[in-house]
Amino acid sequence: MFLVELRKLLTRPRTWVTIALLTSLPVIVAVFLKVSGIGPRAGSGPPFLSQVLGNGALFPVAALALILPVFLPIAVSVIAGDAVAGEASAGTLRYLLIRPVGRTRLLFTKLAITTVFVFLAVVVVAAVGYLIGGAFFGIKPLPTVSGRTIAAQDATWRTAVSVIFIAVSMLGVASIALFLSTLTDSGLGAALGAMAALVTSQVLDLLVAAESIRPYLPTHYWLSFVDLFRYPVLWHDVTRGFAIQAVYIAVFLGAAWANFATKDIES
Amino acid sequence: MSRALLTHNLTKRFGATLAVDHVDLEVHEGDLFGFLGPNGSGKTTTLRMILGLVYPTGGSIEVLGKPVPRKVRDVLPRIGTLVEGPGFYPHLSARSNLALFDAAGPGGAKRTRRARIEDALERVGLGSVGRKPFNAFSTGMQQRLGLARTLLRPHELLILDEPTNGLDPQGMRDIRALLEELVAQGTTIVLSSHLLGEVESICTRAAIINRGRLLAQDEIARLLAPTGRVRIVTDDPGEAERVLGASNGFHSVTRDAAGVALELGGASPEELNRRLVTNGVDVRELILERPTLEDVFLQLTNERGARVPG
Ligand SMILES: Nc1ncnc2c1ncn2[C@@H]1O[C@H](COP(=O)(O)OP(=O)(O)O)[C@@H](O)[C@H]1O
Ligand SMILES: [Mg+2]
Repeated sequence: MFLVELRKLLTRPRTWVTIALLTSLPVIVAVFLKVSGIGPRAGSGPPFLSQVLGNGALFPVAALALILPVFLPIAVSVIAGDAVAGEASAGTLRYLLIRPVGRTRLLFTKLAITTVFVFLAVVVVAAVGYLIGGAFFGIKPLPTVSGRTIAAQDATWRTAVSVIFIAVSMLGVASIALFLSTLTDSGLGAALGAMAALVTSQVLDLLVAAESIRPYLPTHYWLSFVDLFRYPVLWHDVTRGFAIQAVYIAVFLGAAWANFATKDIES
Repeated sequence: MSRALLTHNLTKRFGATLAVDHVDLEVHEGDLFGFLGPNGSGKTTTLRMILGLVYPTGGSIEVLGKPVPRKVRDVLPRIGTLVEGPGFYPHLSARSNLALFDAAGPGGAKRTRRARIEDALERVGLGSVGRKPFNAFSTGMQQRLGLARTLLRPHELLILDEPTNGLDPQGMRDIRALLEELVAQGTTIVLSSHLLGEVESICTRAAIINRGRLLAQDEIARLLAPTGRVRIVTDDPGEAERVLGASNGFHSVTRDAAGVALELGGASPEELNRRLVTNGVDVRELILERPTLEDVFLQLTNERGARVPG
């Protein structure tokens, strides 16, 4: 079942179009930076972008930071929102279940496939970011956000943990979308629902009035991976970010499972 | 004889709608069982409950000896299905679609997959279009592909919900021949339909459902038992009517240009024939009138005060 679903993901043009679109934003930004030679002023604009002109090694994380607030969650919402609802509306869900593929197994395979997609997207963007960054701006030892230089292998693990952190944040999004996907037969509806939840979370996160709930919002710690590039690493927000996502994943997957395992399949 | 499928008091309620109302189905092994009812009568809901897709509100189900939905995953590998339209991935070819569904579950050896797919496509008459994407198929071809999926592996029981929907007359005939061939090989088939003629022409047993209630369930031959009326074709209808009318015991004699029709009452057809011949009436044909399934259906639904299907 996993291999079948993996083949479906990888042979589907939509997967690659989405990844291409995700990659194109950082590439466009890099081209503008390269051509103009003008970066955002230090401390303004998206994370890392101001330093990229000086050092292409920061471009992978800069690229991830660019797609993180909007593009990536939209892509993840679409893929995860379509996971069950898309099968329902195509009329294929009942034939998978009758085959038989157990309902729990189907749900977790869909989650696993979404995870594969998230990692694929993040890794492709980071890799393209590395190549573009190297070609356009040159790779040098990393200066940390706090000003000290970090060695190459040190930069590697920090980038790797960033990739994992971003992927886990996106799995939080995927869990919400997957839950909605078990509620409706419309993949688009589920994706829009998940995006609405994220926009709400991002708006509340800016609101002083919502101060008391801000640390529990799913989007609150999304950009905390920046702290991984400080010296020494500021682990507090990173660990909080992992913990919050773990809770969201557990709650929404639990709800998705409880709903999907007991619902009448009428599609 | 053992039972391929048994339901007892099977009931499904959707809010205020009672879609299936205390239905007791009994399908014997080797049956080609017709599940007959107008649109909206509860056929699909019943079949979905039997397959574990929809959970019953009440009652029990036993499929191939196992309780459903509790043990449904043990029996599903032994069942082939077509439920309310085929359901394939639109951008993939017929072959890729079949390969994908075969690989998704148990019992489909990879080694033999190609050959099994070709064979299944051949049997439903799609041998030449296996490479075409599903969304380029006509409704009839999609339906045939749905049947091909049930032929990928041998199944003890086929559950087919309106399998001839969207097929042209030739397609219907092909599918009927295929189903009869499968039954001859020992497969039990449950076939739902709103087409009375279809069930009448191929099924061995049938159940009739209307508004969620089971109205009748029996051998087709018994459901279509002679009505007791007999029709006599003769050149001399007037004389025939006189002979039969004079000899009491016959009722409701009607006459037209080609002959007479009457209630047989206690008499046998042979006796009737003898009486006509000894009275000098030449009998060309003597036909025992049988109801069509439509007659049976209309009579049953009227008896229960139910609305005639529109
Ligand atoms: N999810 C649902 N909610 C409410 N009513 C439903 C639902 N599903 C089916 N029904 C109703 O149940 C009845 C039986 O439907 P169905 O089993 O599809 O009939 P058939 O297959 O014989 O045409 C219909 O009246 C239909 O409107
Ligand atoms: Mg139906």
